[in-house]
Amino acid sequence: MHSLVRSRLFWISIGAAVVASLLPLWLSAYLLSVLTGAYYFGVFAMSWDLLFGFAGEVNFGPTFLIGLGAYSAAILNNQYHLPIPLCLVAAACTALFGGVLLAVPALRLRGPYFGLVTLVAVLLLQNAIVIFAKFTGGEIGMTVFDVLSIDATTNYYYALGFLVVSAVLLTRIANSAIGLILQASGQDPVEAAVLGFNVTKHKVAAFCISALLSGLAGAMLIFYMGAASVDTVIDISIGVQIIIAAILGGRRTIVGAAIGAVFLIVATEFLRPLGQLNTFVVSAVALAVILLLPDGILGFALRAGTRE
Amino acid sequence: MQGLQILIDGFTISSLYALGAIGFTLIFGVSGVLNLSHGAIMVVAALVGWYAAGDLGLGTYFGSVAGVASAVALAYLTYFIVVRPIQRSRTISKEETEIFVLTGTLLWGIMIQVGMAYLFSDNPVTMRPLIAGVTDILGVRTPSNEMLIALVCWLAIALLWLFVNRTGAGKALLAASINPRGLTLLGYELSHIYWLVWGIYGVLAGIAGVLLASFLGVSTGNAGQLTASAFSIVVLGGLGSVSGSLIAAYVVGYLETATAYLIAPTLRPIPALILLVMVVYARPQGLLGRR
Repeated sequence: MHSLVRSRLFWISIGAAVVASLLPLWLSAYLLSVLTGAYYFGVFAMSWDLLFGFAGEVNFGPTFLIGLGAYSAAILNNQYHLPIPLCLVAAACTALFGGVLLAVPALRLRGPYFGLVTLVAVLLLQNAIVIFAKFTGGEIGMTVFDVLSIDATTNYYYALGFLVVSAVLLTRIANSAIGLILQASGQDPVEAAVLGFNVTKHKVAAFCISALLSGLAGAMLIFYMGAASVDTVIDISIGVQIIIAAILGGRRTIVGAAIGAVFLIVATEFLRPLGQLNTFVVSAVALAVILLLPDGILGFALRAGTRE
Repeated sequence: MQGLQILIDGFTISSLYALGAIGFTLIFGVSGVLNLSHGAIMVVAALVGWYAAGDLGLGTYFGSVAGVASAVALAYLTYFIVVRPIQRSRTISKEETEIFVLTGTLLWGIMIQVGMAYLFSDNPVTMRPLIAGVTDILGVRTPSNEMLIALVCWLAIALLWLFVNRTGAGKALLAASINPRGLTLLGYELSHIYWLVWGIYGVLAGIAGVLLASFLGVSTGNAGQLTASAFSIVVLGGLGSVSGSLIAAYVVGYLETATAYLIAPTLRPIPALILLVMVVYARPQGLLGRR
């Protein structure tokens, strides 16, 4: 039964990826650009799900890792004119460092305490960027000289490719023994340690993978948009949206997080005529999903599948 | 001179922080809920108070009462629409209740914030001072309103203390925060306790919101910041510990005021945040926490 679900999810994912790769044939450049942003957002949400759904870490600061990656890439490109690939490597390294930085308190603190530390990490990063405005552009943000491409379709494929690679990587990890050990140590670290698993090693690894992908996605996003600003990659409201996306899609499913992210971004875009109220409607829908379908969209669909 | 100024201004802002944070910690202590819509509830109290006092012509005092009443109503709505369904849900496992309450109240807070911005716009509003005039304290000209605010905060805190320590219902509340199962065995209905605690929470958050509007002014954009500062103060003091929250509120309030006066207003929140990380790291249960 379980393998049936797994394979069903597998085939659905393959189908979705094929459909997504054919979309540029029909969609306008505008809709493609909405989806491009949504795919990067999907990577953010999936990386968050690895930490929350599997390692059980309440990370309120996904934008700390994203912002570190995005801003280190932007500064290197803007100030030192490094080429994009080098900037991406540097972004991944900085984010990795940030991941280790977050992993240290995560090993000592639990639940809301760790959540608060991650929240503070975001606030401190945000303040640091405003204070060192000379390097970072402060509240206004900074532009980058190079962009991935000026063609909407090419940008779309970059984002889609990155999303698919991240999804495959994260799903492989989540479904391997590492994923199980992470779940065990998230639910009961003492018992997991008693069973002989190295909780520390696995948790640090989870933080590193999550940070690496978040930072890389953040850097790709700013090279797609051509600018980095606090409001687009660091602000707490962005972090909140990532959390909502992951829970909406279905926590502990990885792919669900990406679905939730695409749904959230596209829904926000289509509700734009509502003006200010679109955030209200999106939050209300997300709240209703949490109250009525706590397993999220994908979790609900899969459960309905197994019951047949 | 400047030192005295810091002492006076810091005292008022710290008292407001204390009042805001005590409700937050009370709810956590009694029902284990971290209510992330806290800031939004304070903002609603401020906006409703401002609107009732000005546009509805109720005057400052009745406007303030209306603001507090709206916060109480909203606290009950938060409990019955968001918190209780999550706590009673069969599909959400016990270990995950906490994160669902966090996410649920967060979303609820965003809804309130955006809804308020839609109704009242996101311009900051300032309530008229409760009393006019300026008092001279050893050469520092202080608005009398500022002193009244600190006084009201302490009055509310003192009343809460009397209620919890000197009345039967208050003692039941205290017992519920220590051992809810034991209280049930003694024949108390826990749902009554929850009614009571959310009501008290609404009153405290409402008073804090209205006073904040009268002291610094409030806009819907402040909701997140208010929640974050209440959350940090409560964690710094120790989750569930009322006296810890009081101490932490003064530490944070004075640290922020001193930074703003002596170093730079833009750096205002930073030392407090760094202190918070250090304390949480060295002593995860906070200053006076018990878990």
